[in-house]
This record gives sequence, C-alpha cells and structure tokens, in this order.
Amino acid sequence: MKILIVDDFSTMRRILKNLLRDLGFSNTQEADDGLTAWPMLQTGNFDFLVSDWNMPGMTGLDLLKKVRADPQLSSLPILLVTAESKREQIIEAAQAGVNGYVVKPFTAGTLEEKINKIFERVG
Amino acid sequence: MTEVSVVENERLTMARELVALLEAGKDAKADLKIDELSNAGDSELFQEVGRLTRELHEAINGFILDSSIGDLTETGIPDASERLQYVITMTSNSANRTLSAVEASMPLLENLEKGSEQLIEEWEKFTSRQLSRDEFSALSAQIGTFLHSVTDDSKKLHGNMSEVLMAQDFQDLTGQIISKVIDLVHDVEEKLIGLIRISGSKLPAHKKEHGKEVLEGPVVPGVEQGDVVNSQDEVDDLLSSLGF
Repeated sequence: MKILIVDDFSTMRRILKNLLRDLGFSNTQEADDGLTAWPMLQTGNFDFLVSDWNMPGMTGLDLLKKVRADPQLSSLPILLVTAESKREQIIEAAQAGVNGYVVKPFTAGTLEEKINKIFERVG
Repeated sequence: MTEVSVVENERLTMARELVALLEAGKDAKADLKIDELSNAGDSELFQEVGRLTRELHEAINGFILDSSIGDLTETGIPDASERLQYVITMTSNSANRTLSAVEASMPLLENLEKGSEQLIEEWEKFTSRQLSRDEFSALSAQIGTFLHSVTDDSKKLHGNMSEVLMAQDFQDLTGQIISKVIDLVHDVEEKLIGLIRISGSKLPAHKKEHGKEVLEGPVVPGVEQGDVVNSQDEVDDLLSSLGF
C-alpha cells in the first residue's frame, strides 16, 4: 500500500506519516501542495491519497477534481484531512467524489476509522 | 412645521434681508441685522453648533497631536507582522522538536515491547519447568542483555520525554507575543473609529463579501464563520445524509 500525503505544513505531514506508520502503512511519500502532488500521482503508482484542502498552488479540492477527471487515476481513494468545516464545503467535496472527510484537529482513532471505512468500501 | 424649521425659516428671511442691506451698501443697518441674526432664533441651536465645532476642532487637533498613529504605521504594524512570523517559526520549531523526539522514541518502545514479549514466552516455559539447563542459561543471558538494554533505552526515552517537555516552552512566549498584537489591533481599531467619527460618516452596517470562495480555515470559538460543523460526528452525519 503506497500512500501520498499532501499538506503545505511539514509538521502535519510528519504527524500523518507517523500515524499512518502506526496503522501499518509505512510506504508513504509527501508533497506540499496539489501542484507538487500531481506529477507524483501520475507516475508514482499510489494506492491512496491523503490531502489537505487549503494549500497554495493547487488546493486539495482541485487536486481531487483533477484526479477524478483523469482516466488513469479516477478510482484512486482520497481522504481529505482539513480544517475547512463549512457544510457547503463538505457537500462540495462529497459531490467532487471524495472518499472520506476528516476535520482538523483530529484524533488517531478518527483517522484509523475513516481509513478502514474507505478500504472496506473500495475492497 | 417643526420648531427647528420655523427657526431656520426666520433666519433665512433675516439672511436675505442682510444680503439686501449689504448689496445696498447700508453697512450700519447690516451690522444691526448681523447682531439680530446671531441673537435670533434658538440660541440652543447655536450653542450646539458651537459645541460640535469645538469638539471637532479638539478631535482633529488631538488626532494630529497623537504621535502614536505615526508609530503605529511606521513601526507598530510591521513589528506585529514580524512578531506573528516569529510565532509561526516558534510553533513550527516546537512541533518539529516534539515530532523528532517521538520518532526517536517509537523504535525504542518497539524494542522494549518485542524484547519483553520474547522473554515472557521463555519465562513461562521456565516456570512450567519446560526448560533444559542449557536453555535456562541461554535465557539467563538473554535476561541480562535485556535488562541492560532497558536501562539504556529508558535513559534515552527519559531524554526524549524531557525534549518533548521543553519543546512546549513556545506556549508562554507565543502567548505573550500574540497578546501584544491583540493590543495593537485594538489600538488601531480605536484610532480608526476616531477617524470615522471625525469624518462624520456613520459606520456602515457590517456586510460580508460574497461571491468569491474564501477558505475559512479552522473553526475559531467565538468567531462567526457561517454554517460550520463543530465536530467530526457532524461531518459524518452530513456525509451519511448524502449517502456516504
């Protein structure tokens, strides 16, 4: 299981990386926004994308839309981990095809639960 | 007709008469008319105008004399930006120190866990008398090594925990810095209100720009941010109502 972690704050990337490793996912890579993530996604054979929403360059939502519009990547499971917590934003993300939505600040338990749920569904 | 407009009407008439006298060059009569005009009508109105004029004058003078406005723009605001930048640096350093200490501790804890699990297995064999003499001396050597590693690793863990502890020192400092910036913001707010008062315009009703999508960021208690969810449970409820 190869996972790409996208967040503009390096500390949040480190936290996610450590939490994912604790959950048994040690094969992770990092990108600091959508623009950096996009070429990595295209060539990196990732199985899962964990992304922040509000980032310079390209936001997580735009990255999500771009992934869903790409024939090669469209089925990639995506979890948004973000501080954005307006109802309309959550609905927007859902309509754009997100697989899970975690609001910051979050706990290790929440992250684990959402990831498990995503993989149950994706199979 | 209201009282004020009656007074104004009278004064208007008198002012017209004054203009007529001045145009006719009847200066003496005009002077009398000026006196009449200034005494006429509602003296309270004049007093009020006088008071407002004086207040305005004082306010403008006060505003010009208040050198802190210059300080605010020259040093206050740039200083605040630097202070806040420093807060970002400090919190980021602290987070990285903490994360490094935790990352360094995890493998030590894993070793402790694995080591003791192995020993428990062997130990249980020993207590149920399933160990040969040779196996027992191997176990005893293993215990010896493990105890040494526990001592070493505990010391390292202790050091790492102290590092985590010390990395929290940012809170006090950033708290003080942020308080100072809050004071500055209040100061600027007051000055702006003063400025608006002098210019005489009313504060317009608070209106938020709509249209362009703005990312609000984290929910801040006490700050109105529209229709937001307050917990992960609410996110889950909303998503499940959408068929997730």
